[in-house]
Amino acid sequence: MSVETEATVTPGATDNTFQTVSSVVVRFAGDSGDGMQLTGANFTDDTALNGNDLSTFPDFPAEIRAPAGSTFGVSAFQIYFGSEDITTSGDAIDVLVAMNPAALVTNLKEVVKGGLIIVDSGAFNEKNLNKAKYATNPLEDGSLDAYRLLEIDISSQVLAAVEEFNLGHKMAMRCKNMWTLGLVLWLFDRDKQATVDNLQKKFANKPEIANANIAALNAGHAYGETAELPTGVEVYKVPPAKVAPGLYRDINGTTGLAWGLIAGGQLAGIDLLFASYPITPASSLLHALAARKEFDVTTFQAEDEIAAVCAAIGASFAGSLGITSSAGPGIALKTEAISLACSAELPLVVVNTQRGGPSTGLPTKTEQSDLLQAVYGRHGDTPLPVISTSSPGDCFEVAIEAVRIATKYMTPVMLLSDGYIANASEPWLIPDIKDFAPFPVEFRTDPDGFTPSVRNAETLARVWAKPGTPGLEHRIGGIEKSYETGDISYDPANHQKMTDTRKGKVDGISRDIPEQEVILGENSGKLAVVGWGSTYGAIHQGVKRCRQEGLDVSHIHIRHLWPFPANLETLLAGFDAVLVPEMNTGQLVKILRSELLIDARGLNKVSGQPFKIQEIVDAIKAELS
Amino acid sequence: MNQAVDKLTIDDFSSDQEVRWCPGCGDYAILKTIQKLMPELERPRESQVFISGIGCSSRFPYYMDTYGFHTIHGRAPSIATGVKLANPALDVWVITGDGDALSIGGNHTMHALRRNVDLNILLFNNEIYGLTKGQYSPTSKVGTRSPSTPEGSIDRPLSPCGIALGAGAPFVARSIDTEMKHLSPVIKAAHAHNGASFVEILQNCPIYNDGVFDNVKNKKIAADFKVEAIHGEALLFGKEKNKGIRLNRDTLSLEVVTIGENAEPSDILIHDQTNLTQAQLLAAMGGPEFPIAVGILYHNPATAYVTDLENQRLSLREARGNGDLGKLLNSGHTWTVN
Repeated sequence: MSVETEATVTPGATDNTFQTVSSVVVRFAGDSGDGMQLTGANFTDDTALNGNDLSTFPDFPAEIRAPAGSTFGVSAFQIYFGSEDITTSGDAIDVLVAMNPAALVTNLKEVVKGGLIIVDSGAFNEKNLNKAKYATNPLEDGSLDAYRLLEIDISSQVLAAVEEFNLGHKMAMRCKNMWTLGLVLWLFDRDKQATVDNLQKKFANKPEIANANIAALNAGHAYGETAELPTGVEVYKVPPAKVAPGLYRDINGTTGLAWGLIAGGQLAGIDLLFASYPITPASSLLHALAARKEFDVTTFQAEDEIAAVCAAIGASFAGSLGITSSAGPGIALKTEAISLACSAELPLVVVNTQRGGPSTGLPTKTEQSDLLQAVYGRHGDTPLPVISTSSPGDCFEVAIEAVRIATKYMTPVMLLSDGYIANASEPWLIPDIKDFAPFPVEFRTDPDGFTPSVRNAETLARVWAKPGTPGLEHRIGGIEKSYETGDISYDPANHQKMTDTRKGKVDGISRDIPEQEVILGENSGKLAVVGWGSTYGAIHQGVKRCRQEGLDVSHIHIRHLWPFPANLETLLAGFDAVLVPEMNTGQLVKILRSELLIDARGLNKVSGQPFKIQEIVDAIKAELS
Repeated sequence: MNQAVDKLTIDDFSSDQEVRWCPGCGDYAILKTIQKLMPELERPRESQVFISGIGCSSRFPYYMDTYGFHTIHGRAPSIATGVKLANPALDVWVITGDGDALSIGGNHTMHALRRNVDLNILLFNNEIYGLTKGQYSPTSKVGTRSPSTPEGSIDRPLSPCGIALGAGAPFVARSIDTEMKHLSPVIKAAHAHNGASFVEILQNCPIYNDGVFDNVKNKKIAADFKVEAIHGEALLFGKEKNKGIRLNRDTLSLEVVTIGENAEPSDILIHDQTNLTQAQLLAAMGGPEFPIAVGILYHNPATAYVTDLENQRLSLREARGNGDLGKLLNSGHTWTVN
């Protein structure tokens, strides 16, 4: 099956129609002198690779072109990483490694939109471009805009990597594909040991060749790490299916959040101040917004995490919406300031792009272990709303929702994303901002009866009176304040009342968020698999497969993690069992158990890797047996 | 309620809160000075915002009937930066202390000054932690006995003005809590300066560090222990005004000389507030060998942060126009599903 480009079936993504398959198809294409066939043959023969999630493509697809005209001599081999039961394998190339222009022009049509193209930039010289009949250099003329392009001078990297083996130029260049394979293994988070073992086995009689190839493999792998390329990038593959008609684009989580925050600011009618400090994998959000000065968003790179959140809080005091962003360690630093914002009842959006912990942990690996920190992690009784995104395409709406809740309820809001969502791309039905209901902010202007403690009777939100407004001069702070006047108060009954009010305000948000829906399956039954964040894809596919086998299981995915949707308790009570897969040691499961008194069970994995669909399927079957 | 700017009085700036500082605390005098100064600034009351951290100093905003935010320990400069970024039209004051600004808040103080954010930073330096009951602070003299240093503190103090100059602050001044005639014009000049202004106010804590600034506050002897830095005037001090500050060109350091004994009038340094090197030398002067320099030590304006930021935004918008979200969402590679 070939990939269709314009106008027909292509990856479409509303969050109900896409599927994820944890497989990646990588095609290496180059001259036969690049050692493509040699390596391909090696891998085809080698069944020892089974069981480590890397295997060669069973057949060389017919789509590998016979040489045609000046593209004579292009050869390719294809490998895929993935679980065994791939039903859509071979449909499209997710990653094309093109060693020269001819390899690119022959294979480009097979590459899925948004796919990754790695080119040996050293080979894109005039001579080779002419051979491939390129009038202009595709690396420069914008013709590759639909793809993610990675340009590396692979030839010179390889020569450096194998220099000590004195192979001679031609033999050295044959190690190019191993170098590139090393990079691809790193990009897709696969173990290279099996490849190393295979090389040693295959070249047992020529250890120099084995070692040179291993050196090239290691060098390519190391390049991925030192070049700070994102890892764990899975690819969403969508089989041809009914998708909503409309205009689509690719989007990654970072862009979704950035544009969603801008949209939220417009819907609220307010300027944004985005203050943050560089940290993997959250820095890209700062970059994305810094590049958008044509919108009403000011970005500020602060001197540290605490300065960032404090600048955001100051901005909110002054009548903008302060937003700050980090990963786990930075969120930890911001905690005291977030507590101040809760006490002073100022709006604030805190974006956490989660990564492997604890401490420095695994900065580029995926994990969702900051939920308890988000919900409970402040000193004092300091609740705040928590919302999470489950995919790159989901980020836009979730960001808008975070802005809405923060400004309507005068509270910090924690938005949980993760490194995988930030970097992964998926197709996105482009929304029309006019379809979103505005939620304009109301700044107080009337001095009559004003105190800084005046509250909205329905939402319990504190008044927003910004400096510069005549007649509303007042002081706020972190010390407990009087419910009546807003002045400092240590009165015992008042502290109880203020605590109850702050809690009641946050709890009341549950009346203002959509009811929890079932993504797939019935509203009650034997088993509900309940997830949050980026486990969406794996859970969805796992539940779908089990349902196809006739099992009674539903998929529920929670966006609003605090407070929960008002109907969640009743909904979950309708299931005999609740299974909560999480990339942590059990966090949502704890909150469900403690808040809703249901006997939810966890399926937990803390390996820096996403769930495999099979892991979900196995757990469902174990639960139902 | 909506006072015309030229009709504002000191009462307009006094809040109804009962002032809770200890009797004899230098903060009372500073509060009075600033409340009295406010009408002179001829700025609308609603444009004044006082941001503080934590400490005795930081209770200040509650006593001003202006906008105020009592925040968290050490972080006032950061919060103030956010206020100024959100609304550059506001006059933003940072009220802080030696612990708040130079211990936990050292990093933020340094960067606010480095960035040259248009803030008026007033540091009440009592060389001790008052609110938490008397621990030594980063400006306490060596040997300070305190509950956490019963045998006397060991580490050497920072110089607030030295740090400010080192961080690149374009306006650095020092004054004394109870000397309203000196303090008021200094604060006024700090307010007028468009950029980061840093004023160290020597402040007496009667409970935990009483008398530590007696030399410069006791009118009988102060003349011998402080020198007034006035731009364009010679740095002379002493009861007879016959002592002065001279630069020793061999050691590149300052020395105290006596006119008629070891120096001529022409030897005495003329204060040049635009000279950074001189300002750094003056800021570092302290007893017992040297008098303490008070006044505007350094004033050399540079473009303020928010001004530069706004210019960037304006020129970009000239080139690119205002943002169109619909256009942005539809930009780049798109495809249609029918």
